[in-house]
Formats: sequence, structure tokens, C-alpha cells
Amino acid sequence: MSGATQEAGLPPAARYAEMVSLVADPVLERRVGRPWWIAFLAALAVTLGFGLCLAWLFVEGIGIYGNNSTVVWGFPIANYVWWIGIGNAGTLISALLLLTRQGWRSSINRFAEAMTLFAAGIAGLFPILHLGRPYLAYWLAPYPNTMNLWPQWRSALVWDFAAIGTYILFSLLFWYLGLIPDLATMRDRARSRGAKLIYGVLAFGWRGSARHWQRHDAVYKAMAALAVPLVVSVHSVVGLDFAASLMPGWQETIFPPYFVVGALFSGFAMVVTLAVILRWGLGLQAIINERHFDVMAKIILAGAIAMGLSYLTEWFMGWYSGEHEERSFLSFQFTGDYAPFYYAMLACNVLAPQLFWFRACRQRVLPLLGVCILVNIGMWLERILIIWNTLSHGHLPAMRRLFHPTFWDWATLVGSFGLFALLFLVFVRLLPAVAMHDVNKELRAEKEAAA
Amino acid sequence: MSEVPMLLAEFADPQTLLDAARRVRDAGWQGRDAHVPFAIEELPEALGLGSTPIRPIMAAGGLLSGAFAYGLQWYSAVVDYPYNSGGRPLHSWPAFLVPTFEAVILGATLAGVVAFLVSTGLPRLHHPAFAAHGFARASQDRFFLAVADPEVDAARFAAKLDGLAPLSIRQVG
Repeated sequence: MSGATQEAGLPPAARYAEMVSLVADPVLERRVGRPWWIAFLAALAVTLGFGLCLAWLFVEGIGIYGNNSTVVWGFPIANYVWWIGIGNAGTLISALLLLTRQGWRSSINRFAEAMTLFAAGIAGLFPILHLGRPYLAYWLAPYPNTMNLWPQWRSALVWDFAAIGTYILFSLLFWYLGLIPDLATMRDRARSRGAKLIYGVLAFGWRGSARHWQRHDAVYKAMAALAVPLVVSVHSVVGLDFAASLMPGWQETIFPPYFVVGALFSGFAMVVTLAVILRWGLGLQAIINERHFDVMAKIILAGAIAMGLSYLTEWFMGWYSGEHEERSFLSFQFTGDYAPFYYAMLACNVLAPQLFWFRACRQRVLPLLGVCILVNIGMWLERILIIWNTLSHGHLPAMRRLFHPTFWDWATLVGSFGLFALLFLVFVRLLPAVAMHDVNKELRAEKEAAA
Repeated sequence: MSEVPMLLAEFADPQTLLDAARRVRDAGWQGRDAHVPFAIEELPEALGLGSTPIRPIMAAGGLLSGAFAYGLQWYSAVVDYPYNSGGRPLHSWPAFLVPTFEAVILGATLAGVVAFLVSTGLPRLHHPAFAAHGFARASQDRFFLAVADPEVDAARFAAKLDGLAPLSIRQVG
């Protein structure tokens, strides 16, 4: 390993088999514990509630939400932007760290990618729910139809559809491709015939042939190189949904990069949150250690600074534009009806992560978890405030209205957490949560560096 | 390959496997392969495997799919369904580039995955190598070198690997 690369932080004296059993045994050998069952049943109950919310939406229509004719985008779009932000991080983390040869990636990439997949899937639901006539969502796709209609290609919403569709498919393939060799390991370690059969079929008969690895490596690295511009494009397009409008506070060229940074920032916070839980739940202390938390916390700190800079740029441009609407919007942000939330958002996104200047806060679980949860709350507030502030303070003063969330707004948001938790709990029970082959590849590099 | 029996030599570490692979490559034996639990970057070179055409295939898939997406947008917006949207030109190419870009990525990815499956012959659930005793560790912590050459038997194979101390040498298939 050259001096420029980051080491994985694995003990070079460890044996390959130890790493495999650390990851595989919790799935194959250990009995399901009570905490997992409690979490699973709770998540299942909340997910059923989510299903109920969706059913009610389909029956009753969009009127069950707090959206009104002024604030036409409410919780669903904020939830969408927040979830897709979290969904952006996993693939980007995995791909970017692979391309920059950051060895420590191998400890976190698998579950970060799973997080991405689940979050992007949930995110993709929200724009559909919010359509008013959700059963017509397929009209966004270009297909030969009896109405002789085509999608409006100049609309950011159609770009969104293309970007998210591509992203979900891509993330699924990237995740599964990385999983294939590990599924073969699970097949070879499983004791029951059923497990051998299921893992064996899922592994496609992978036998670790040199040719398999050569081609696997070629596709996987090329996909990683594609993932980076893809992720940037996905959240940039989400930013364009807003920036391509004429509304004060939205029509800003900074939106695409600002959305991408925000996505990475909230995504890393979510990865740390999940890593803390996973490490405790699966006993992965040897694989996910203080070093990983330390590096991720530094990235979150850098993200917080970038977010602060973005806010400053927004304020400056609002003032510098000289436009009355922009300036009045700016003062509405700081003094209007939503101002307390705005201050809370600034505290969560910019101030709280400043604790990460201190090593003790980067490496201890409690401050780490606390800050990361605050960051995720802050990022959700940012998403909802982008919508509320602008739509409640548009060009026509007579049309200005506030948004009042309803029970169904909150229930749908909470329900989406339930679905995410359910998917993640099932994932850690059935599949290896850490990429065993990648960890052992790193271990070999560490062994050779130590020798 | 199925007619010629396969010889498998088992090693405990990747470095010895690479040494053994280079010896077998230099001897010019046929049916060279290795079965290992994680990617070893030097392995294709040590076994003398050629390069794979996967990345050119991905590039071609991406370009084709991008061209299709752009063409579809042009056809629908200019020819089949001309529609004046805010005075923009019918052929508003900057707007068309976003779906085109996504199509390039998706096309390249799908082409890469299909090329991976075709070139590795996967899914293939059964293979003679799986019959070898202890082969389950090829996906965990053991490194197998394989040779399938009609002129090579276990004794010649063992003689070639002299000094590298393989843990075992087996014949399957």
C-alpha cells in the first residue's frame, strides 16, 4: 500500500477465516435475539401503518395532507428530497472511496449501499403519492399510447423520473454485484440444505475463479466510476426541480451543488447512525472501529462547513440581487412564521457538527450518535423549509398562506421510517452486512504492508 | 474442459498461489485457473489470462443507449408531437441532455452486467470444481490453483510445485 492510501484499520495478525466468521456467523449461527424481534415487530407495525396511510391517500386523495393552493408542495416533496439525499450517500461513499483507494471503505460499503437502496426506493414513492392521481404515474414514461402523447422533456420533473429510475436500478445492480462473492461464502458456510440452496442460487454458482474475479473487478470499478457522476446528476436534478422555477429563494444557480453536498452530509450522518447500531447489534467491533468513526466524522464536519458556506452564499445573493422579492424573502426566513425552525436548522446543520473538531467527540459513540441524529433532523428541516418559506412567501402577497401539517402528513413520514427500519432489519438478518471479500482483500494488503 | 480431469492444488496464502501460478503459466500448461476468496490484482497476469473486453462493451452500450434516448426525445419533440412550451425551440437540446446522460449510465451498466454474466458463464450452479473436498474454503480462506491439461497428471503437477508446499493436490471431474 502506498503512503497516500488510507489503511483499513484491521489487525494485520488476524486470519482471513476470522473476518469471514465475524461477519457470517451472526447471520448463520447465532440465534435471533430478543432486541431484533422487538425491533422487527415494532417496524412491522409502523410499516402496516404506512400502508394504511397510503391506502387512505388513494381513497381520499391529496386533501388529507396539509398542502393548499399556495403551498402546493408539502411534506411529500420534503420527504422525497430528504430520503433521496440519504439514498445518494451510500453509493457515492462506496464508489468514491473505491476510486480513491480508501481501504476503510470495505467495513462500511455494504450496509451503506443497502441503506441507499432502501432510502432511494422509499424516496421514489413520495413524488408518486403527491401526484394527486398517483395511479397515473406511469404517464411520465415514454411509451406508445392511444392518447398520442409524449412526456414533456423540457420539464425538470421528467428529468427527475429518468434520474431516479436510473439511480435505483443502478444501485440495485451495484449492490448485488458486490454481494455475489459473499453469497457464495454464505452458501459454503451454511449448514442447512435450504440455506445452502437459497444462497447458492442467489450466488449464481460463483466459484471465485480467477476469470470471475477479473471480470467482476472490471465491471465493478467501471460502475464505481459511473456512480460518481450519476449521483451528482441525481441530486442536481432534484435541485433543478426547484431552481428551474421562478420563485424567490429557489431560482438560484447554487441549488444543484448545494443539494449534492446536503445529500452527502445527511447520508454520512445516517451511515454513522446505522454503523453504531450495527456494530452493537452484530458485534462487529473489530471491523467497524474508532478509526472509521473518526474519518466519517471529519467528512461530516467538512459537510457542515460546506452547508454553512451555501447558506451564506444564499443570503448574500438574496441581498446582492437587489430584487425586492428576494430581500423580503430573506427577511421572512429570519423573522417570518417559520423562523424558529430556520434557527433550529442552522443549529443542527452548522453548529452541532463543530463538536467534531474534537477527537473525543469523533470517536465516542454518544456524541457521535447525538450529532448525527441532529444533522438528520436539521437536514429534514432544511428540506421542508425550502418548500415552506418560498411557497408561503411568493410574488403575490394576497396569496400568501402558511402550511399546517395534518395527522396524515406526520403519519406518512413516520411510516416511511418504519418501512426503512423493516427493510434494514431483514437485510442484516439474511445477508452479510459487511463485504467479507473486500475486508479480506484489505487484510491481505495490511499483512503485506506489515511483513 | 469437462473431458480433461482438473487438478487442484490448495495453498494457505495468496503469495504462494501467485508463485505457483507463474510456474504453471511459464510451463505453458492448458486450462489454467485459480479459485480464490477475494480479488487478487496480480492474479490475471500471473496466470497469463488475456484482458477482458468488458469496458469497451460498456462504453458501446452507454453510447448506443444515449443515442437512442436523444433520438427518442428529438423524434417525439420535433416530429411526432411538436409543442410550444414557453417559446422554447422544438429541438431544445440542452434540456434533452439530462435524460440522455441518465440513459448513457443505465445502458453502460446493463451492458456491463450482461457482459459479466456472459463472459463468466454465470449463472452456472454446478461445476466439477465443487466436487473437490474442502473446496468450500475457496470462498473463505484457501487459494486453489487449477490445471486441466491432458498431458499433466498429479505427479507432474506436484513436481512443478516443488518447494511451494501445497496443502493438498486433488483431481476432480
